[in-house]
Amino acid sequence: MAAWSLMASARLRPAGFDDLGLQRALSDRLLPFLVAAMAFLAALGLAGAFAAAGLAGHWQEGAEAALTVQVPDPTAESATPGTSRLDRALALLRADPAVATARPLTAGELNALLRPWLGDDEKHLALPLPAVIAVHLADPTAPLDQLSAMLVAAAPGTVVESHGVWVRRLAALARSLQACAAVALLVVAAVAVAVVAVATHAGIAARREAIEIVHGLGASDSYIAARFAGRATRLAAIGAAAGALAALPVLLTLAGLAAPFGRLDVPGVPSGVAAAVLAPAGLPVPLWLALPLLPVIAAAIGYLTAQATVRRWLRRLP
Amino acid sequence: MIRFEHVGLSYPVPGRPPASVLHDLSFTVPEGGFRWLLGPSGAGKTSLLRLMYLAARPSEGRLSLLGTEIARAGRRALPGLRRRIGVVFQDFRLLPHLSAFDNVALPLRIAGRPEGQIRADVAEMLRWVGLAGKLESLPETLSGGEQQRVAIARAVISRPRLLLADEPTGNLDEAQAERLMRLLHELVRLGTTIVVATHNEALVARHPATALRLEHGRLVAHG
Repeated sequence: MAAWSLMASARLRPAGFDDLGLQRALSDRLLPFLVAAMAFLAALGLAGAFAAAGLAGHWQEGAEAALTVQVPDPTAESATPGTSRLDRALALLRADPAVATARPLTAGELNALLRPWLGDDEKHLALPLPAVIAVHLADPTAPLDQLSAMLVAAAPGTVVESHGVWVRRLAALARSLQACAAVALLVVAAVAVAVVAVATHAGIAARREAIEIVHGLGASDSYIAARFAGRATRLAAIGAAAGALAALPVLLTLAGLAAPFGRLDVPGVPSGVAAAVLAPAGLPVPLWLALPLLPVIAAAIGYLTAQATVRRWLRRLP
Repeated sequence: MIRFEHVGLSYPVPGRPPASVLHDLSFTVPEGGFRWLLGPSGAGKTSLLRLMYLAARPSEGRLSLLGTEIARAGRRALPGLRRRIGVVFQDFRLLPHLSAFDNVALPLRIAGRPEGQIRADVAEMLRWVGLAGKLESLPETLSGGEQQRVAIARAVISRPRLLLADEPTGNLDEAQAERLMRLLHELVRLGTTIVVATHNEALVARHPATALRLEHGRLVAHG
């Protein structure tokens, strides 16, 4: 019976009853517009954070464990009679427990690497090209000094280039970008809190007399704060939804511009990584999941900020 | 029911000592009692009412309302106490964006009364004060007397245990004033404690009752 009565009263309560007149005091234009701008920036920040995270993972997972070994004059005899310098270098590499795979690049792969600098006429330039061995390490942290020395001894002039150093630097750069994006998101959230607080203060100033009357009639702090919080929550959610929608075309355009880089085959990167990072329409899956959360987060910021602002102000009343 | 013991009230003044407006007030109003609150302008009548409707707390002394010691009551206890006190303000203090109906319904909605009960009670109360045809009117479209009647209806709609009125007949004609006095007597009969501040000596003469007389913030007569 009591439950039915409660449901009936809820049904009969006038929808949108605005006892404090907040529909005019808390403008449905300025606050949503400012929150929309914050949500737009937050969407860009999120995209930056996810892109940096994707790149960092991409680089770290794939290229950190990669080596390139250049063997000049590869067909010449090595220090081991009857064995070419290239074969000897391959044998040494494959015998080392730290090496997972060692594979000489084919002529076609070498030509493809040189094409940006030498064009399609490299055959006619008669340049003595070294053999290039793509090496994938089983243990990226294994020391390479001894292996390098053995390779140089077997085939003097051999150069071992570890990708790990610059990959780690790039990964550190990517993590720094992620941290910057996270800081930017925190700043955006802090500005959103400030915007809601200022709007709430303006609403309190505009409705001070109504608040005092309602307070005098026995309204509790939670009753009054709930009125402001309800309005701020709605406006923040609407603004954030608009901001996230406005950011979508920009993000899709950026994703379109970045798509060719995502499709590049990187030596040592397992196939499918790029496909996992990219999703429908070119945006990362986590970003698709995060964008709808922006209105929810903005609503939470609106609710909590308005509650805190109004309750703090109400403490000055007896 | 209302107990003042050496109560004083001061307001802070920036850069100066506090301005004292009430001094050493001691009196009691029993449950179901009626008191006129009399005195010249500036005597402290409104300040005394502010203490009684909990818009201010005593600076000194002890004040007890409806069985609650105000100095000891926490802030959270006051809204419930205020809901048991009805107030008719001299300047009406209606919410300008709400209709007459919604202004009168406000105390019931704040108290969480089901909307189904509110409609009938508010409509009946507005009919009783002669505003049956003005339910949806905004205060700015009502005359001073009509606004005062809305304010009276709002003060009594929740059947308060304590009713305070500051010049409640100031904008009413004689017939309306007499009608209000009959309502107040009926509420007293039902156990409501009432304090009415007024300058209307003729009204006081027609309805003799115990009076609290203030001058310069001090109680000079109680009887």
